[in-house]
Amino acid sequence: MKELSAISGQRSAGVRFDNLSWHAGAFRLEGVSFTVPAGCYAVLMGKTGCGKTTLLEILCGLRRPTGGRVFIGARDVTELPPGERGIGYVPQDGALFPTMTVREQLGFALAIRQRSEAEIAARVQELADHLGVAHLLDRLPQDLSGGERQRVALGRALAAKPSVLLLDEPLSALDEELRDDLAALLKRVQQELGLTALHITHSRHEAAQLADMMFRMEAGRVSESPLKLTA
Amino acid sequence: MSSPLRRCSPFWLSLGVVTGLYLLFLVAMLAATASYSSPGKLLEALDKREIQHSIGLSLVTCTVTALLSLLLAVPVGYFLARAKFPGKHWLEAALDIPIVLPPMVMGLCLLILFQTRFGQFVERIVPFTYTVYGVVLAQFTIGAAFAVRTMRHTFDHLSARPEEVAMTLGCTRAQAVWRVTLPAARRGMFAAASVAWARSLGEFGPILVFAGATRFKTEVLPTTVWLELSVGNLEAAVAVSLLMVGFAVAVLAAVKWLGEEV
Repeated sequence: MKELSAISGQRSAGVRFDNLSWHAGAFRLEGVSFTVPAGCYAVLMGKTGCGKTTLLEILCGLRRPTGGRVFIGARDVTELPPGERGIGYVPQDGALFPTMTVREQLGFALAIRQRSEAEIAARVQELADHLGVAHLLDRLPQDLSGGERQRVALGRALAAKPSVLLLDEPLSALDEELRDDLAALLKRVQQELGLTALHITHSRHEAAQLADMMFRMEAGRVSESPLKLTA
Repeated sequence: MSSPLRRCSPFWLSLGVVTGLYLLFLVAMLAATASYSSPGKLLEALDKREIQHSIGLSLVTCTVTALLSLLLAVPVGYFLARAKFPGKHWLEAALDIPIVLPPMVMGLCLLILFQTRFGQFVERIVPFTYTVYGVVLAQFTIGAAFAVRTMRHTFDHLSARPEEVAMTLGCTRAQAVWRVTLPAARRGMFAAASVAWARSLGEFGPILVFAGATRFKTEVLPTTVWLELSVGNLEAAVAVSLLMVGFAVAVLAAVKWLGEEV
């Protein structure tokens, strides 16, 4: 595998939620305030349906908060469209583009930015080598295993060199052995690129493996949780 | 379902019998119609100039209608599948009006619309009443409603997540739909166009009322069946009907072959 410095270039930036609120029907988030420092791997836990994914979607810019602000580094990104926030997003099932090959998925963010074909090809090869998917470049998502899909989704999220990586239960659909391998990969990528990561999971084992910081979401609020409890 | 069938439980057996009887009824109907004609009579009917014109006009108008229906169905189907707003159920019900209204009534509504001041204004630009444009509009009014249903169903079954990921990677919503969702919806788009095409091929009432049944002008295949029946030429009516059955089966087979249920 190549040295990670070859694909770095991201500038790490922390994430801050400031008195954030959001509601839809009876469901509401109120006064959510917490900070993930730059370069930190934070894990967010909480019961199913408590609003973790909603929080991630607000950070991505896919949902508008009804109140409060969201900061990435010093930038207030609350009103910015998703593509201008400098984030990489890996959803639960990878959510790969169904009609694109792995090569096209990895090059997507750069193609949208109208980079040269040579630059896109070089970046795709770099990411594919690094994430161990170089032999899969011409395959479609339906021909990939669960672990391969998540690696491709990770590569696609890293392609445009984001400063923040958001992971929504990325390992939940994998078997235990693959889960440990991919967790190790996530941690290595985050550390080598100095990314700020926010990772949602239900697994205490996963949290113990990955977390520099741990948050718990309950009753529409987020609080920091001691790391040792997750072990 | 295969294992219950293998066990031949009375429950699955009875369902199979009911389905089989219904299929038998459909096949018997088509077989009886087919046996009424012969290849010679079919060729004789197809040799008539007015029927050749009718076939040509049907194929052209149905294709134009299918494309126009798809142009409408893709944005409307996407809107219905993804947007959440108050009164959405009412909008959905309103868009089903062409499906639930009697076709003849739809034709009458079109005819009256084009007698209003707005309709007369439109007629000065494009004359619809009793013209080929009117044939297309009458077909479109009903075909598009079926295409919208199919596209809505297609977008309902496509996860919005890949589209959202595309937006985090730098796409606008429109770019994400264009680059990610529409390629994934291509089978649904083919099915929607096919449904609109097949519906348009069989459209009769609205065309008769709104566009008329003038030979070499607004006569399409269902009109031909009606005109031939009205002069007692049953053989020609059956031959044209069999031709329409052939077209319909071809469309159905194409849609099924692509794995998209209509």
